[in-house]
Amino acid sequence: MNNEELKLKLSEQYPTATFEEGGEWVNMFLEPASFITSALELKNHPDFHFDYLFCLTCVDWKTHLNMVYHLTSTKHRHAMVLKVKLDCNKPEIETVCNIWRTAEFHEREVYELFGVNFLNHPDLRKLLLTDDFVGFPLRKDFEDPINMIRL
Amino acid sequence: MFEELGTTAEGDMLINIGPQHPATHGVLHLVMTLNGETIKKTEPHLGYIHRSIEKMCESLTYRQFVYVTSRMDYLSSHINNHGCSLAVEKAMQIEVPERAQVIRVIMDELTRIASHELWWGAMAMDLGAFTPFFYSFRERETITDIMEETCGARLTMNYICPGGVMMDLHPDFQKRVKSFISLFKSKFDEYNELVTGNIIFQNRMKGVGVLSKEDAISYGCTGPTARGSGVSSDIRKLYPYEVYSKVQFDEVLETGGDSFSRYMVRINEMLQSIKIIEQLIDNIPEGEFQAKTKAVLKLPKGEFYQRVETARGELGIYIVSEGGTTPHRIKFRSPGFSNLSALGHMVKGSKIGDLVATMGTLDLVIPDIDR
Repeated sequence: MNNEELKLKLSEQYPTATFEEGGEWVNMFLEPASFITSALELKNHPDFHFDYLFCLTCVDWKTHLNMVYHLTSTKHRHAMVLKVKLDCNKPEIETVCNIWRTAEFHEREVYELFGVNFLNHPDLRKLLLTDDFVGFPLRKDFEDPINMIRL
Repeated sequence: MFEELGTTAEGDMLINIGPQHPATHGVLHLVMTLNGETIKKTEPHLGYIHRSIEKMCESLTYRQFVYVTSRMDYLSSHINNHGCSLAVEKAMQIEVPERAQVIRVIMDELTRIASHELWWGAMAMDLGAFTPFFYSFRERETITDIMEETCGARLTMNYICPGGVMMDLHPDFQKRVKSFISLFKSKFDEYNELVTGNIIFQNRMKGVGVLSKEDAISYGCTGPTARGSGVSSDIRKLYPYEVYSKVQFDEVLETGGDSFSRYMVRINEMLQSIKIIEQLIDNIPEGEFQAKTKAVLKLPKGEFYQRVETARGELGIYIVSEGGTTPHRIKFRSPGFSNLSALGHMVKGSKIGDLVATMGTLDLVIPDIDR
Protein backbone atom coordinates (compact mmCIF):
# COMPACT_ATOMS: atom_id res chain seq x y z
CA MET A 1 0.00 0.00 0.00
CA ASN A 2 1.23 3.47 -0.72
CA ASN A 3 0.86 6.30 1.77
CA GLU A 4 -2.53 7.59 0.55
CA GLU A 5 -4.12 4.15 0.55
CA LEU A 6 -2.67 3.40 3.94
CA LYS A 7 -3.93 6.66 5.37
CA LEU A 8 -7.41 6.05 4.01
CA LYS A 9 -7.47 2.53 5.41
CA LEU A 10 -6.18 3.68 8.80
CA SER A 11 -8.74 6.48 9.08
CA GLU A 12 -11.50 3.96 8.35
CA GLN A 13 -10.17 1.58 10.96
CA TYR A 14 -9.54 4.24 13.63
CA PRO A 15 -12.14 7.02 13.31
CA THR A 16 -10.91 8.80 16.46
CA ALA A 17 -7.29 9.01 15.30
CA THR A 18 -5.89 12.28 14.00
CA PHE A 19 -3.33 12.61 11.22
CA GLU A 20 -0.45 14.97 10.78
CA GLU A 21 0.81 16.17 7.42
CA GLY A 22 4.43 16.12 6.37
CA GLY A 23 7.21 13.62 6.71
CA GLU A 24 8.00 10.58 4.66
CA TRP A 25 5.32 8.32 6.11
CA VAL A 26 1.77 8.52 7.49
CA ASN A 27 1.76 10.15 10.95
CA MET A 28 -1.10 8.94 13.13
CA PHE A 29 -1.94 10.24 16.60
CA LEU A 30 -3.74 7.98 19.05
CA GLU A 31 -5.15 8.56 22.51
CA PRO A 32 -3.20 6.87 25.34
CA ALA A 33 -6.33 5.00 26.47
CA SER A 34 -7.06 3.26 23.15
CA PHE A 35 -3.41 2.96 22.19
CA ILE A 36 -2.61 -0.59 23.24
CA THR A 37 -5.56 -2.31 21.54
CA SER A 38 -4.90 -0.39 18.33
CA ALA A 39 -1.20 -1.26 18.43
CA LEU A 40 -2.00 -4.94 18.77
CA GLU A 41 -4.43 -4.70 15.89
CA LEU A 42 -1.88 -2.91 13.69
CA LYS A 43 0.43 -5.87 14.09
CA ASN A 44 -2.14 -8.64 13.64
CA HIS A 45 -4.45 -7.14 11.00
CA PRO A 46 -3.59 -8.89 7.71
CA ASP A 47 -3.84 -5.67 5.70
CA PHE A 48 -1.49 -3.74 7.94
CA HIS A 49 0.83 -6.46 9.32
CA PHE A 50 3.17 -3.99 11.05
CA ASP A 51 5.45 -6.62 12.55
CA TYR A 52 8.70 -4.69 12.76
CA LEU A 53 9.15 -1.77 15.15
CA PHE A 54 12.29 -0.15 13.82
CA CYS A 55 12.47 2.89 16.06
CA LEU A 56 10.90 3.77 19.40
CA THR A 57 11.62 7.10 20.96
CA CYS A 58 10.19 10.13 22.69
CA VAL A 59 10.34 13.86 21.94
CA ASP A 60 10.01 16.56 24.59
CA TRP A 61 7.89 19.49 23.36
CA LYS A 62 8.02 21.30 26.74
CA THR A 63 4.20 21.37 26.96
CA HIS A 64 3.86 17.63 26.42
CA LEU A 65 5.85 14.53 25.54
CA ASN A 66 5.37 12.67 22.27
CA MET A 67 5.96 8.94 22.09
CA VAL A 68 7.03 8.05 18.56
CA TYR A 69 6.80 4.52 17.15
CA HIS A 70 8.17 3.84 13.67
CA LEU A 71 6.53 0.74 12.26
CA THR A 72 7.03 -1.18 9.08
CA SER A 73 5.76 -4.40 7.60
CA THR A 74 8.18 -7.07 6.40
CA LYS A 75 5.40 -8.45 4.21
CA HIS A 76 3.86 -5.36 2.58
CA ARG A 77 6.90 -3.08 2.97
CA HIS A 78 4.84 -0.05 3.95
CA ALA A 79 5.71 2.08 6.95
CA MET A 80 3.96 4.42 9.33
CA VAL A 81 4.65 6.56 12.37
CA LEU A 82 2.47 6.12 15.41
CA LYS A 83 2.43 8.96 17.92
CA VAL A 84 0.92 9.34 21.36
CA LYS A 85 0.78 12.60 23.30
CA LEU A 86 1.63 12.27 26.98
CA ASP A 87 1.23 14.59 29.92
CA CYS A 88 4.55 16.13 31.03
CA ASN A 89 3.84 15.84 34.72
CA LYS A 90 2.58 12.27 34.78
CA PRO A 91 3.69 10.50 31.59
CA GLU A 92 2.23 7.02 31.54
CA ILE A 93 1.61 4.60 28.71
CA GLU A 94 1.08 0.87 28.25
CA THR A 95 4.13 -1.09 27.22
CA VAL A 96 4.29 -2.58 23.74
CA CYS A 97 7.00 -5.13 24.52
CA ASN A 98 4.48 -7.99 24.39
CA ILE A 99 3.74 -7.00 20.82
CA TRP A 100 7.25 -6.12 19.61
CA ARG A 101 9.97 -7.64 21.80
CA THR A 102 12.54 -5.05 20.78
CA ALA A 103 10.53 -2.48 22.73
CA GLU A 104 11.76 -3.88 26.04
CA PHE A 105 15.19 -2.26 25.74
CA HIS A 106 13.97 0.83 23.93
CA GLU A 107 11.33 1.51 26.58
CA ARG A 108 13.86 1.14 29.35
CA GLU A 109 15.94 3.75 27.58
CA VAL A 110 13.01 6.15 27.23
CA TYR A 111 12.06 5.48 30.87
CA GLU A 112 15.40 6.68 32.21
CA LEU A 113 16.04 9.49 29.74
CA PHE A 114 12.51 10.98 29.65
CA GLY A 115 10.86 9.61 32.75
CA VAL A 116 8.00 7.94 30.91
CA ASN A 117 6.41 5.23 33.01
CA PHE A 118 5.58 2.11 30.99
CA LEU A 119 2.74 0.21 32.60
CA ASN A 120 3.05 -3.59 32.76
CA HIS A 121 6.65 -3.56 31.55
CA PRO A 122 8.32 -6.78 32.79
CA ASP A 123 11.60 -5.22 33.89
CA LEU A 124 11.45 -1.43 34.09
CA ARG A 125 14.88 -0.38 35.36
CA LYS A 126 17.54 2.04 34.30
CA LEU A 127 19.57 0.75 31.36
CA LEU A 128 22.33 3.18 30.45
CA LEU A 129 22.56 5.45 33.50
CA THR A 130 23.70 4.55 36.98
CA ASP A 131 21.01 3.50 39.44
CA ASP A 132 21.38 6.61 41.61
CA PHE A 133 21.14 9.12 38.76
CA VAL A 134 18.59 11.87 39.43
CA GLY A 135 16.67 13.59 36.65
CA PHE A 136 15.75 12.85 33.06
CA PRO A 137 18.64 13.98 30.83
CA LEU A 138 16.88 14.26 27.50
CA ARG A 139 14.11 16.49 28.84
CA LYS A 140 14.54 20.09 27.76
CA ASP A 141 14.50 21.45 31.32
CA PHE A 142 17.27 19.15 32.53
CA GLU A 143 20.21 20.90 34.20
CA ASP A 144 23.18 18.98 35.52
CA PRO A 145 25.17 21.14 37.95
CA ILE A 146 28.48 19.36 37.25
CA ASN A 147 28.66 17.78 33.84
CA MET A 148 26.35 19.94 31.73
CA ILE A 149 27.76 20.12 28.23
CA ARG A 150 27.28 23.51 26.61
CA LEU A 151 28.75 23.85 23.17
CA MET B 1 26.96 -15.78 54.67
CA PHE B 2 29.56 -17.01 52.20
CA GLU B 3 27.23 -19.61 50.69
CA GLU B 4 24.69 -16.92 49.92
CA LEU B 5 27.10 -14.70 48.02
CA GLY B 6 26.61 -15.01 44.28
CA THR B 7 23.74 -17.49 44.47
CA THR B 8 20.02 -17.08 44.01
CA ALA B 9 17.27 -18.48 46.22
CA GLU B 10 16.95 -21.53 43.93
CA GLY B 11 20.64 -22.26 44.30
CA ASP B 12 21.59 -20.96 40.88
CA MET B 13 24.89 -19.25 40.43
CA LEU B 14 25.24 -15.59 39.46
CA ILE B 15 28.24 -14.88 37.26
CA ASN B 16 29.45 -11.50 36.07
CA ILE B 17 30.94 -11.52 32.60
CA GLY B 18 32.60 -8.21 31.90
CA PRO B 19 32.83 -5.23 31.98
CA GLN B 20 36.48 -6.18 31.47
CA HIS B 21 36.41 -9.39 29.54
CA PRO B 22 38.25 -10.20 26.29
CA ALA B 23 35.22 -11.78 24.62
CA THR B 24 32.90 -8.81 25.10
CA HIS B 25 35.13 -6.53 22.99
CA GLY B 26 34.56 -3.49 25.11
CA VAL B 27 32.84 -2.66 28.33
CA LEU B 28 29.77 -4.85 28.13
CA HIS B 29 28.62 -6.30 31.43
CA LEU B 30 26.50 -9.46 31.46
CA VAL B 31 25.02 -10.84 34.65
CA MET B 32 24.32 -14.50 34.03
CA THR B 33 22.17 -16.82 36.10
CA LEU B 34 23.58 -20.32 35.71
CA ASN B 35 22.32 -23.70 36.73
CA GLY B 36 25.48 -25.75 36.54
CA GLU B 37 26.69 -24.83 33.08
CA THR B 38 23.26 -24.09 31.66
CA ILE B 39 22.28 -20.47 31.16
CA LYS B 40 18.97 -19.59 32.76
CA LYS B 41 19.00 -15.84 32.36
CA THR B 42 21.21 -13.18 30.77
CA GLU B 43 20.95 -9.59 31.83
CA PRO B 44 23.06 -7.05 29.94
CA HIS B 45 24.13 -4.01 31.95
CA LEU B 46 24.96 -1.19 29.58
CA GLY B 47 26.14 2.37 29.76
CA TYR B 48 29.76 2.13 30.81
CA ILE B 49 30.67 4.42 27.94
CA HIS B 50 27.38 6.23 27.54
CA ARG B 51 28.26 9.75 26.37
CA SER B 52 24.74 11.02 25.74
CA ILE B 53 25.51 11.76 22.11
CA GLU B 54 21.84 12.52 21.47
CA LYS B 55 21.82 15.33 24.04
CA MET B 56 25.17 16.63 22.77
CA CYS B 57 23.82 16.78 19.22
CA GLU B 58 20.98 19.06 20.32
CA SER B 59 23.50 21.87 20.77
CA LEU B 60 25.56 21.14 17.65
CA THR B 61 24.86 22.48 14.18
CA TYR B 62 24.01 20.20 11.31
CA ARG B 63 27.59 20.27 10.07
CA GLN B 64 29.08 19.52 13.46
CA PHE B 65 26.86 16.67 14.59
CA VAL B 66 28.02 14.44 11.74
CA TYR B 67 31.47 14.10 13.28
CA VAL B 68 30.19 12.89 16.62
CA THR B 69 28.64 9.90 14.92
CA SER B 70 32.07 8.58 13.90
CA ARG B 71 32.48 7.80 17.57
CA MET B 72 29.36 5.64 17.77
CA ASP B 73 30.08 2.59 15.66
CA TYR B 74 33.75 3.32 15.09
CA LEU B 75 34.12 0.39 12.70
CA SER B 76 31.57 1.83 10.28
CA SER B 77 32.34 5.50 10.77
CA HIS B 78 32.01 6.27 7.05
CA ILE B 79 28.56 4.74 6.96
CA ASN B 80 27.44 6.64 10.07
CA ASN B 81 28.62 9.91 8.53
CA HIS B 82 26.93 8.91 5.31
CA GLY B 83 23.59 8.33 7.01
CA CYS B 84 23.69 11.68 8.79
CA SER B 85 24.68 13.51 5.63
CA LEU B 86 21.85 11.82 3.73
CA ALA B 87 19.36 12.85 6.41
CA VAL B 88 20.46 16.49 6.20
CA GLU B 89 20.51 16.41 2.39
CA LYS B 90 17.06 14.87 2.29
CA ALA B 91 15.70 17.61 4.52
CA MET B 92 17.38 20.44 2.61
CA GLN B 93 16.93 18.82 -0.81
CA ILE B 94 20.61 19.15 -1.66
CA GLU B 95 21.60 17.52 -4.92
CA VAL B 96 24.83 15.62 -4.37
CA PRO B 97 27.24 15.50 -7.36
CA GLU B 98 27.51 12.09 -8.94
CA ARG B 99 31.24 11.87 -8.27
CA ALA B 100 30.62 12.29 -4.56
CA GLN B 101 27.88 9.66 -4.61
CA VAL B 102 30.18 7.08 -6.16
CA ILE B 103 33.06 7.95 -3.81
CA ARG B 104 30.74 7.58 -0.84
CA VAL B 105 29.52 4.15 -1.89
CA ILE B 106 33.07 2.90 -2.53
CA MET B 107 34.11 4.18 0.90
CA ASP B 108 31.09 2.53 2.51
CA GLU B 109 31.91 -0.82 0.99
CA LEU B 110 35.60 -0.59 1.90
CA THR B 111 34.49 0.14 5.47
CA ARG B 112 32.16 -2.84 5.42
CA ILE B 113 34.99 -5.14 4.33
CA ALA B 114 37.32 -3.70 6.97
CA SER B 115 34.68 -4.15 9.64
CA HIS B 116 33.90 -7.73 8.63
CA GLU B 117 37.63 -8.51 8.52
CA LEU B 118 38.02 -7.32 12.08
CA TRP B 119 34.94 -9.27 13.14
CA TRP B 120 36.27 -12.42 11.47
CA GLY B 121 39.61 -12.23 13.25
CA ALA B 122 38.13 -11.29 16.61
CA MET B 123 35.45 -13.96 16.42
CA ALA B 124 38.00 -16.64 15.66
CA MET B 125 40.07 -15.40 18.58
CA ASP B 126 37.04 -15.66 20.86
CA LEU B 127 36.73 -19.29 19.86
CA GLY B 128 40.35 -20.00 20.63
CA ALA B 129 42.28 -19.46 17.40
CA PHE B 130 44.83 -16.72 17.35
CA THR B 131 46.17 -16.95 13.79
CA PRO B 132 43.08 -15.69 11.91
CA PHE B 133 43.43 -12.37 13.72
CA PHE B 134 46.79 -11.75 12.03
CA TYR B 135 45.49 -12.91 8.66
CA SER B 136 42.53 -10.54 8.77
CA PHE B 137 44.53 -7.58 10.04
CA ARG B 138 47.03 -8.06 7.22
CA GLU B 139 44.32 -7.25 4.66
CA ARG B 140 42.52 -4.76 6.85
CA GLU B 141 45.71 -2.76 7.15
CA THR B 142 45.66 -2.18 3.38
CA ILE B 143 42.19 -0.64 3.64
CA THR B 144 43.20 1.53 6.58
CA ASP B 145 46.18 2.77 4.57
CA ILE B 146 43.91 3.68 1.66
CA MET B 147 41.63 5.54 4.08
CA GLU B 148 44.54 7.32 5.69
CA GLU B 149 45.79 8.55 2.34
CA THR B 150 42.49 10.05 1.29
CA CYS B 151 40.78 10.98 4.56
CA GLY B 152 43.77 11.63 6.80
CA ALA B 153 42.49 9.29 9.50
CA ARG B 154 42.51 5.57 10.06
CA LEU B 155 39.48 5.05 12.28
CA THR B 156 37.25 8.09 12.83
CA MET B 157 37.28 9.30 9.26
CA ASN B 158 34.86 12.27 9.18
CA TYR B 159 35.22 12.26 5.42
CA ILE B 160 31.61 12.27 4.26
CA CYS B 161 29.85 15.55 5.00
CA PRO B 162 26.51 17.13 4.03
CA GLY B 163 26.78 18.04 0.34
CA GLY B 164 29.41 15.51 -0.67
CA VAL B 165 32.81 14.59 0.67
CA MET B 166 35.42 16.72 2.44
CA MET B 167 38.13 16.59 -0.20
CA ASP B 168 38.87 14.90 -3.47
CA LEU B 169 40.36 11.43 -3.72
CA HIS B 170 44.08 10.89 -3.50
CA PRO B 171 45.56 10.46 -7.02
CA ASP B 172 46.68 6.92 -6.14
CA PHE B 173 43.27 5.89 -4.82
CA GLN B 174 42.07 3.84 -7.79
CA LYS B 175 45.39 2.08 -8.20
CA ARG B 176 45.57 1.13 -4.55
CA VAL B 177 41.98 -0.04 -4.32
CA LYS B 178 42.54 -2.26 -7.36
CA SER B 179 45.65 -3.75 -5.84
CA PHE B 180 43.67 -4.35 -2.63
CA ILE B 181 40.96 -6.17 -4.57
CA SER B 182 43.45 -8.53 -6.17
CA LEU B 183 45.18 -9.04 -2.83
CA PHE B 184 41.89 -9.78 -1.09
CA LYS B 185 40.80 -12.24 -3.76
CA SER B 186 44.06 -14.14 -3.53
CA LYS B 187 43.80 -14.37 0.26
CA PHE B 188 40.09 -15.04 0.61
CA ASP B 189 40.43 -18.78 0.05
CA GLU B 190 42.79 -18.91 3.01
CA TYR B 191 39.98 -17.65 5.23
CA ASN B 192 37.73 -20.48 4.16
CA GLU B 193 40.46 -23.07 4.49
CA LEU B 194 41.48 -21.83 7.90
CA VAL B 195 38.11 -21.27 9.56
CA THR B 196 35.01 -21.94 7.47
CA GLY B 197 35.83 -25.53 6.62
CA ASN B 198 37.44 -26.25 9.96
CA ILE B 199 35.54 -28.99 11.78
CA ILE B 200 36.34 -27.54 15.22
CA PHE B 201 34.78 -24.20 14.27
CA GLN B 202 31.80 -25.82 12.63
CA ASN B 203 31.10 -27.89 15.73
CA ARG B 204 31.32 -24.80 17.91
CA MET B 205 29.00 -22.78 15.69
CA LYS B 206 26.40 -25.05 14.10
CA GLY B 207 23.14 -25.17 16.01
CA VAL B 208 24.38 -22.63 18.55
CA GLY B 209 22.49 -19.46 19.43
CA VAL B 210 19.52 -20.18 17.19
CA LEU B 211 17.26 -17.23 16.39
CA SER B 212 14.07 -17.97 14.51
CA LYS B 213 12.79 -15.72 11.74
CA GLU B 214 9.81 -14.49 13.78
CA ASP B 215 11.99 -13.68 16.78
CA ALA B 216 14.51 -11.86 14.63
CA ILE B 217 11.76 -9.57 13.35
CA SER B 218 10.17 -9.15 16.76
CA TYR B 219 13.48 -8.27 18.40
CA GLY B 220 14.20 -5.76 15.66
CA CYS B 221 17.36 -7.52 14.55
CA THR B 222 18.91 -6.22 11.36
CA GLY B 223 21.99 -6.73 9.28
CA PRO B 224 23.79 -10.07 9.12
CA THR B 225 22.11 -11.13 12.37
CA ALA B 226 18.67 -10.96 10.76
CA ARG B 227 19.84 -12.23 7.38
CA GLY B 228 21.31 -15.29 9.08
CA SER B 229 17.74 -16.08 10.14
CA GLY B 230 16.36 -15.58 6.66
CA VAL B 231 14.91 -12.09 7.15
CA SER B 232 15.43 -9.94 4.09
CA SER B 233 16.60 -6.70 5.69
CA ASP B 234 19.28 -5.16 3.51
CA ILE B 235 18.51 -1.43 3.34
CA ARG B 236 20.75 -1.16 0.28
CA LYS B 237 18.31 -3.43 -1.57
CA LEU B 238 14.99 -2.52 0.05
CA TYR B 239 15.35 1.27 0.18
CA PRO B 240 18.33 2.01 -2.10
CA TYR B 241 20.17 5.25 -1.55
CA GLU B 242 22.83 6.92 -3.74
CA VAL B 243 24.09 4.60 -6.48
CA TYR B 244 23.12 1.30 -4.83
CA SER B 245 20.18 1.00 -7.20
CA LYS B 246 22.55 1.07 -10.18
CA VAL B 247 25.04 -1.59 -9.11
CA GLN B 248 24.59 -5.35 -9.26
CA PHE B 249 24.89 -7.28 -6.02
CA ASP B 250 23.01 -9.97 -4.13
CA GLU B 251 21.53 -9.83 -0.69
CA VAL B 252 23.16 -12.71 1.21
CA LEU B 253 20.54 -14.78 3.00
CA GLU B 254 20.93 -17.90 5.13
CA THR B 255 18.07 -19.73 6.74
CA GLY B 256 19.73 -21.63 9.59
CA GLY B 257 19.47 -18.86 12.18
CA ASP B 258 22.46 -20.24 14.12
CA SER B 259 25.93 -18.82 14.61
CA PHE B 260 27.25 -20.56 11.53
CA SER B 261 24.58 -18.95 9.32
CA ARG B 262 25.48 -15.50 10.62
CA TYR B 263 29.12 -16.35 10.00
CA MET B 264 28.41 -17.36 6.40
CA VAL B 265 26.40 -14.20 5.76
CA ARG B 266 29.30 -11.99 6.79
CA ILE B 267 31.90 -13.99 4.89
CA ASN B 268 29.83 -13.84 1.68
CA GLU B 269 28.99 -10.16 2.22
CA MET B 270 32.66 -9.34 1.88
CA LEU B 271 32.59 -10.82 -1.63
CA GLN B 272 29.48 -8.81 -2.49
CA SER B 273 31.19 -5.64 -1.33
CA ILE B 274 34.18 -6.44 -3.54
CA LYS B 275 31.72 -6.92 -6.41
CA ILE B 276 30.23 -3.45 -5.82
CA ILE B 277 33.64 -1.79 -5.62
CA GLU B 278 34.77 -3.52 -8.83
CA GLN B 279 31.80 -2.09 -10.70
CA LEU B 280 32.41 1.44 -9.48
CA ILE B 281 36.16 1.85 -9.22
CA ASP B 282 36.73 2.37 -12.95
CA ASN B 283 33.61 4.46 -13.35
CA ILE B 284 34.11 7.33 -10.94
CA PRO B 285 32.61 10.29 -12.84
CA GLU B 286 34.61 13.47 -13.23
CA GLY B 287 33.31 16.67 -11.71
CA GLU B 288 32.70 18.30 -8.39
CA PHE B 289 33.15 16.32 -5.20
CA GLN B 290 30.95 18.62 -3.15
CA ALA B 291 27.73 20.52 -3.75
CA LYS B 292 27.75 24.22 -3.01
CA THR B 293 26.13 24.67 0.38
CA LYS B 294 25.97 27.41 2.98
CA ALA B 295 28.41 27.40 5.88
CA VAL B 296 25.58 27.13 8.41
CA LEU B 297 22.78 24.81 7.41
CA LYS B 298 19.20 25.53 8.41
CA LEU B 299 16.79 22.62 8.17
CA PRO B 300 13.11 23.29 7.48
CA LYS B 301 10.62 22.51 10.20
CA GLY B 302 9.64 18.87 10.29
CA GLU B 303 10.76 15.33 10.92
CA PHE B 304 13.27 13.46 8.85
CA TYR B 305 14.27 9.84 9.00
CA GLN B 306 17.09 8.18 7.12
CA ARG B 307 17.98 4.51 7.14
CA VAL B 308 21.36 3.18 6.05
CA GLU B 309 22.93 -0.26 6.15
CA THR B 310 26.04 -0.30 8.33
CA ALA B 311 28.26 -3.33 8.75
CA ARG B 312 26.11 -4.36 11.73
CA GLY B 313 22.65 -3.60 10.42
CA GLU B 314 20.19 -0.80 10.04
CA LEU B 315 21.17 2.59 11.38
CA GLY B 316 18.30 5.03 11.65
CA ILE B 317 18.77 8.76 12.05
CA TYR B 318 15.65 10.56 13.22
CA ILE B 319 15.90 14.34 13.18
CA VAL B 320 13.17 16.56 14.61
CA SER B 321 13.77 20.12 13.45
CA GLU B 322 12.08 23.32 14.50
CA GLY B 323 13.60 25.29 11.67
CA GLY B 324 16.76 26.44 13.41
CA THR B 325 20.43 25.70 12.99
CA THR B 326 20.43 22.99 15.66
CA PRO B 327 18.10 20.02 15.91
CA HIS B 328 15.29 19.88 18.45
CA ARG B 329 15.86 16.18 18.93
CA ILE B 330 18.04 13.54 17.33
CA LYS B 331 17.62 9.84 17.81
CA PHE B 332 20.12 7.30 16.58
CA ARG B 333 18.55 3.89 16.21
CA SER B 334 21.69 1.83 16.43
CA PRO B 335 21.78 -1.71 15.06
CA GLY B 336 23.81 -3.15 17.93
CA PHE B 337 21.29 -2.05 20.56
CA SER B 338 18.47 -4.10 19.05
CA ASN B 339 20.70 -7.03 18.16
CA LEU B 340 21.96 -7.22 21.73
CA SER B 341 18.41 -7.28 23.10
CA ALA B 342 17.97 -10.67 21.41
CA LEU B 343 21.07 -12.16 23.08
CA GLY B 344 19.26 -13.22 26.25
CA HIS B 345 16.67 -15.09 24.23
CA MET B 346 19.27 -16.73 21.98
CA VAL B 347 21.48 -18.20 24.68
CA LYS B 348 18.74 -19.23 27.10
CA GLY B 349 19.08 -22.92 27.87
CA SER B 350 22.43 -23.36 26.15
CA LYS B 351 25.80 -23.90 27.78
CA ILE B 352 27.99 -21.08 29.02
CA GLY B 353 30.67 -21.94 26.45
CA ASP B 354 28.22 -21.26 23.64
CA LEU B 355 27.68 -17.71 24.87
CA VAL B 356 30.98 -16.60 23.38
CA ALA B 357 30.20 -18.20 20.02
CA THR B 358 26.82 -16.47 19.95
CA MET B 359 28.15 -13.11 21.07
CA GLY B 360 31.00 -13.36 18.57
CA THR B 361 28.67 -13.72 15.62
CA LEU B 362 26.41 -10.87 16.80
CA ASP B 363 29.40 -8.58 16.14
CA LEU B 364 28.76 -6.21 19.02
CA VAL B 365 30.47 -2.82 19.11
CA ILE B 366 29.86 -1.28 22.50
CA PRO B 367 30.04 2.47 21.68
CA ASP B 368 27.33 1.78 19.11
CA ILE B 369 25.11 0.28 21.81
CA ASP B 370 25.78 2.81 24.55
CA ARG B 371 25.98 5.91 22.34
